[in-house]
Amino acid sequence: MLGKTAGGVFWLMRYMERTENMARMIDAGLRISLTRSSAAESEWTSILNANGLLAAYLDKHQEVEGAKVINFLLRDRANPSSVMSAVEAARTNARLVRTALTREVWEAVNECWMELCALLDRPAKAQDLPAILQIIRQRSAYVRGSLAGTMVRNDVYDFARIGTFFERADNAARVLDVKYYILLPSIMHVGSASDNVQWETILRATSSARAYQTLHEGEYDPRMIAQFLILDKRLPRSLAFCYRKISDNLDYVAKDYGDRRPCHGLVEQICHRFETMTIDKIFEYGLHEFVTEFLADSQALGRQIEQDYRFYE
Amino acid sequence: MQLKISHTTSYHYDAPVPYALQQLRLRPKSRPDQIVRSWEVKIDGGQRQVSFEDEHANTVELISFDPGVSEITVHCAGEVHVTDTAGVIGKHTGFVPLWLFERSTSLTAIGPQVRSLVAGFDKPAEPLDQLHALSAHVLEMVPYSTDQTSSELSAEQVLSARHGVCQDHAHVFIAAARWLGFPARYVSGYLMMNDRVDQDASHAWAEAYVAGLGWVGFDISNAMSPDARYVRVATGLDYLGAAPISGMRYGKGAENMLVKLQVEQQ
Amino acid sequence: MANTPRFYDEMFGTGDGPRAPYRDYDAWFSGEEVNNLRRKSMQAEALFRLTGITFNVYGMGEETERLIPFDIVPRIITAKEWSTLERGIDQRVRAINSFLHDIYHRQEIIRAGRVPAEMIARNDAFLPQMIGVAPPGNIYTHIVGTDLVRTGENDFYVLEDNARTPSGVSYMLENRETMLHMFPELFSQVKVRRVSQYPRSLRRSLAACQPPACSDYPTVAVLTPGIHNSAYYEHAFLADQMGVELVEGADLRVVDGRVAMRTTRGYTPIDVLYRRVDDDFLDPMNFNADSMLGVPGILDVYRAGGITIANAPGTGIADDKAIYSYMPEIVEFYTGEKAILKNVPTYRCSEPEALKYVLDNLAELVVKEVHGSGGYGMLVGPAASKKEIAGFRAKLMAKPGNYIAQPTLSLSTVPILTKAGLAPRHVDLRPFALASPKGVEIIPGGLTRVALKKGSLVVNSSQGGGTKDTWVLED
Repeated sequence: MLGKTAGGVFWLMRYMERTENMARMIDAGLRISLTRSSAAESEWTSILNANGLLAAYLDKHQEVEGAKVINFLLRDRANPSSVMSAVEAARTNARLVRTALTREVWEAVNECWMELCALLDRPAKAQDLPAILQIIRQRSAYVRGSLAGTMVRNDVYDFARIGTFFERADNAARVLDVKYYILLPSIMHVGSASDNVQWETILRATSSARAYQTLHEGEYDPRMIAQFLILDKRLPRSLAFCYRKISDNLDYVAKDYGDRRPCHGLVEQICHRFETMTIDKIFEYGLHEFVTEFLADSQALGRQIEQDYRFYE
Repeated sequence: MQLKISHTTSYHYDAPVPYALQQLRLRPKSRPDQIVRSWEVKIDGGQRQVSFEDEHANTVELISFDPGVSEITVHCAGEVHVTDTAGVIGKHTGFVPLWLFERSTSLTAIGPQVRSLVAGFDKPAEPLDQLHALSAHVLEMVPYSTDQTSSELSAEQVLSARHGVCQDHAHVFIAAARWLGFPARYVSGYLMMNDRVDQDASHAWAEAYVAGLGWVGFDISNAMSPDARYVRVATGLDYLGAAPISGMRYGKGAENMLVKLQVEQQ
Repeated sequence: MANTPRFYDEMFGTGDGPRAPYRDYDAWFSGEEVNNLRRKSMQAEALFRLTGITFNVYGMGEETERLIPFDIVPRIITAKEWSTLERGIDQRVRAINSFLHDIYHRQEIIRAGRVPAEMIARNDAFLPQMIGVAPPGNIYTHIVGTDLVRTGENDFYVLEDNARTPSGVSYMLENRETMLHMFPELFSQVKVRRVSQYPRSLRRSLAACQPPACSDYPTVAVLTPGIHNSAYYEHAFLADQMGVELVEGADLRVVDGRVAMRTTRGYTPIDVLYRRVDDDFLDPMNFNADSMLGVPGILDVYRAGGITIANAPGTGIADDKAIYSYMPEIVEFYTGEKAILKNVPTYRCSEPEALKYVLDNLAELVVKEVHGSGGYGMLVGPAASKKEIAGFRAKLMAKPGNYIAQPTLSLSTVPILTKAGLAPRHVDLRPFALASPKGVEIIPGGLTRVALKKGSLVVNSSQGGGTKDTWVLED
């Protein structure tokens, strides 16, 4: 397998995941702005922040305003993280690695792109937004499904999976990074409606609200939310879950190739932290510090994988 | 005449080089009047990748730099026995059609300067005499001088600069000879100098094809035809086709080249 | 002549009902609703978009992806017609390979006075670096796309020999897939020879040209300029169908005397490289130094026997439009037989007499640039305005050697499906031939290009042409 191809499937799936995550975040923001217009501006601000886009947004727009933020996150091609940019990048990578994909996977990606091109051709009307966001999520799931259903389980598949979980963990960590303060015990106001909404946003943005409800019987508790998003291995979007998957897939590659590379050591270290951490220890250590360090480690791992498997020269 | 040659070219870079290739045309060929008794090419800091004979029968070696080196040295040494043939190389051999040597290249492009150079000298009737007269005329119009800043000047540029080194002389001569209708080519090689052993650079001259006689050499810079002190190493349509070392390199950073050359009689 | 149509129609011939090869199709067609067929045709388009069978168009600032329009009426060729074409192409491909070997070695054909030396000497397509190079099996052009046109019942002409990197074969294959998908019942009524073996034949044929350095089963790869190239879809398609890697210059390096591709496990040598990058961009160390698409040193490895490049560098000298006019001599010189396929009479404007004739008859002739392609830089006399002709006259007089001229051919027509039903449009045909030391294989079919505009003779996809499925009937 070409190094370029490994990099291409990795990024294809990262961008597909990013497309979906962005849709979820917009959905979360939208819900808040509908139910609590007073909190809307700060919600949109933190969503922009979580994606490191606030500065870029303010370069173009004077104030944080729902419709403009949505347009920026959904359609703005000058914003490299917009849904449109991400899906475009996903398709470009798919074209690049076309020969490594099944026809089904390629067509799922291409169809996703074609449909979004048509849907996002002009600014979305408020009443169409929920439907559009749903289509984005479905299209992304369709790509994942074609991948699971048609691809041979070899290194191509492994790198695709690594890309998915890498982006997902990255996204969850960024949401936590921006929102960590509302999960801190110091400003805990049990039962306060405002925080309930904030917590709910976190769960929605990581698409974990329903799972949380089921597993925790509807009680919003910031400590438990943090525990859930970071350490719960049942949740397919928790950091611990994603890293278990990254580690598994890197192990498959190692087994396939008959050798371990430096990235295997790195991922083991990260996984080990999740294994040995409890949520109390994390809060003791500092939630913010923990997440910041995780993001740094995760970036280092990304660079190491890239180097170990020769994505680039 | 038995000549002993030692030729070292070192390249130094101010930053490690991630990837680079060089083509070497550094192996003289044995022919009846030039017997190569021994010859070796050693590379420090690189690997020999392939070797082949190009269309002019030059032995070309492709070398790659070892990853991350900031210095590479190509060292050639050997002994060559040369017989004086008064510059006559003789009949044309190989698959390259003679007309190819009438093709202009970017370094030997014919422009107003070359045309006026050709118009500006008395042309004897005999082709051979004509070429000797041309050689003398080129030297007259372009006196030898080493204060040159650029290394790959075209014949037109050389004629504008009005001075040059052996490579420049060869290019002007080749362009003019072709304009006169002679197939002509560039020769890179070594010259044993009577007054010194250590030299700064290898030598270059030209050959033109004269019907009946075949290829004849002209060392324009020294106003003579090559004799037993000359070792032919490579030929081509111009410098680029016969260059002892040419290459390409990825990465930025300046290159510094140092040549150590000794040619002596044995 | 007054009552006969000016153009030969392949479906209806002279007009008394459909010609024999189209009878079954015609019977089927009469039973179909035109609107229904048009709907299917739109479905086909959607299918092409989904599959990504597009080509990139440049200009106007932004790069866009376009579909080549597909027409659902097949172009049908009888077994007998095909057998002549097949023999003719086979002969031509063999002659071209012999010519290339000769031209890069002793040039016997020039010594024999059959082709003037200037034709080669002043030709940029002649690559001196190929002199004396004998590629594995002496195959220079492994993949040839011969452009044919038809003017009558038995009149086929070769318009061009594409011996460099002919494209369009993916359309031959995808058009057939689409037809099978849309009209499966048709194929049980009409016996059509298959084309789907092409990728396997291509791989086999390339593998048969393994270089001396290859000791095992040869590793084949396709070299593409990248996703922005107009034919990228085809490159990916062929690599995918052959089951080989699709590489770009940036994936390749010279390692241990071989050209090797960067894989997740390290560098792996390539034995046969089917390159879809032009000569000029193939090797920045040996050709255009500014090229970012090529592989530095690949030509050196090639000359040392470390890799097979298909098609070989320098094959352009054989499909040059000026050389084209000598093809009858070339075929005869190397095969000892008369050319089976006719050349279009060609005036070489470099010759004063020919130039005079061309200038006097510009309004009747097609004038082409010797090195041009894609239908650009040409004058179609009968379709041109007085102003265009005058402009072209000036260009022609400035550099006559750059042009050739040919009579305007009455290209045959095949119907396409329009809103009003069937309507005749001009077509050409590009069958694909594979050459290896084991012989020449010609896939029964090809790319039929069709000028969609009524009356237009320009079939190039870059100029509004479309494609059709090409059926070669079984005996």
